[in-house]
Amino acid sequence: MRVMVFVKASPDSEAGVMPGEEELAAMMKYNEELVKAGVMLAGDGLHPSSKGARVHFSGDSRTVVDGPFTETKELVAGYWLWQVSSMDEAIEWLRRCPNPHGKEGIVEIRPVFEPEDFGDALTPEIHEQWQRMEAQQGS
Amino acid sequence: MPGTDVQRTIDAVWRIESAKLIAALARLVRDVGLAEDLAQDALVAALEQWASAGLPDNPGAWLMAVAKRRAMDHFRRQERLDRKVAELGREFETAGTYDDGLDDAIDDDIGDDLLRLIFTACHPVLSTQARVALTLRLLGGLTTEEIARGFLVAESTVAQRIVRAKRTLAAKRVRFELPERAERAERLDSVLEVIYLIFNEGYSATRGDHWMRPALCEDALRLGRILAGLSPDEPEVHGLVALMEIQASRLRARTDETGAPVLLLDQNRALWDRLLINRGLAALQRAESLVDRRGPYTLQAAIAACHARAPSPEETDWIRIAALYAALMQAAPSPVVELNRAVALGMAFGPQTGLDLVDELMAEPTLAKYHLLPSVRGDLLVKLGRHEEAQREFRRAAELAGNERERALLADRTVAAGERASAP
Repeated sequence: MRVMVFVKASPDSEAGVMPGEEELAAMMKYNEELVKAGVMLAGDGLHPSSKGARVHFSGDSRTVVDGPFTETKELVAGYWLWQVSSMDEAIEWLRRCPNPHGKEGIVEIRPVFEPEDFGDALTPEIHEQWQRMEAQQGS
Repeated sequence: MPGTDVQRTIDAVWRIESAKLIAALARLVRDVGLAEDLAQDALVAALEQWASAGLPDNPGAWLMAVAKRRAMDHFRRQERLDRKVAELGREFETAGTYDDGLDDAIDDDIGDDLLRLIFTACHPVLSTQARVALTLRLLGGLTTEEIARGFLVAESTVAQRIVRAKRTLAAKRVRFELPERAERAERLDSVLEVIYLIFNEGYSATRGDHWMRPALCEDALRLGRILAGLSPDEPEVHGLVALMEIQASRLRARTDETGAPVLLLDQNRALWDRLLINRGLAALQRAESLVDRRGPYTLQAAIAACHARAPSPEETDWIRIAALYAALMQAAPSPVVELNRAVALGMAFGPQTGLDLVDELMAEPTLAKYHLLPSVRGDLLVKLGRHEEAQREFRRAAELAGNERERALLADRTVAAGERASAP
């Protein structure tokens, strides 16, 4: 199964405080372990929400709101995509993660939907579109 | 913590730590079998203690410390208070308890230890079945029950295979070390073969009524990725990983809602996993950058990549695929590869070209019982409008197929060809 692991934002991450050399080295080492164990599929850190934007939807209307956003703990500061055998294994891996913020912080694990979860919504037309899109990506 | 939670947590810890634990212990005690026993003992101790005391901060180091203590007890019991105990004692004392210092000390050598463990588990003195069971057990962290389930054999059979394999390693005095340069290529081949075998057992189950067992594919991929991390300069390791990633990308598309197999060209490509494809293409690039002459796994990955890159079956570069099969025939000639080349030739240059090659293969004794030979021949005959002959071929293919699902598919095609043959 796949899980998405979200590092929630902290006052520091939102203030754009970059990790020090030691923290960065510890995180790199951890990532390397994940890669070597065949667990890590992808992962990145995100800029603070001050560099982000939101689009609010209401019926047919769209409103763009620039960051920063206030509810720090609800924001995402980074993510991983892992392949694991169970949620238990994901939790066990996450327990080994160096504290991303050094202080208080929350990291959340959520199982990823598999395409079959979409059932009939994945119509042949959507399939066709999907293929074109991927062909354009040139992969 | 309630009992079941502890059990689940320990299972997870075991999955993550067991290979490293066994590898590090094997280096200390020079015996893979004993190393596994010690690791198992530590696991039992963990189950007892963590239930009441809670999980330690560093479960891996905790297990290692306990296992080392058991190792010392073991040697004492054997009344062999020799250099080994002194060695263990020294390490144990300097490491103190299970603090981070010990963890670092383990980490430094762990890569080589894991490589040694893979090479030992896949040692050519062992039968292929034994290598597979031992590798899944020692490196995959799977229980005998899980291995038995994966391969549809009795748990006692797997347990026996593992016991016998460990005994063989001890009897043949297989040393826990990395193979010498001269031997290395051959030994690596054996490792890659085992991993791919596990993958294939999951990808197209050779027996039983299920077409695939995806968990085995995931285990094999994981082993492949671990190996790639440990030996980054081996092109064929990356080639194998690329092949498995790309093939695994199609897992979801390979069956329909009823569980019946869907052939490559009929698959819904929207269900192909783009992330795995991209990982596969990256691994392939890596393999190709390391070597001028591509090996068999890299070539197969390059073929798989041609399919992965094609937005639709019609847009597949069959000429390139045919050329890659020709290269594969040079690198690792086999009648099965030749049969695949015939399929590619049929797609690239018309069914008659493919059929000419298949007809040459009809006399090949190793393919006499291979269901895909008549199946491929049937396909080509259908395209040439020779439905009556095609019907005979599909019928024969269905008789030879070992997998229930595959047999059903071939039976359907027999009927379809028969209907067309009798159509005015």
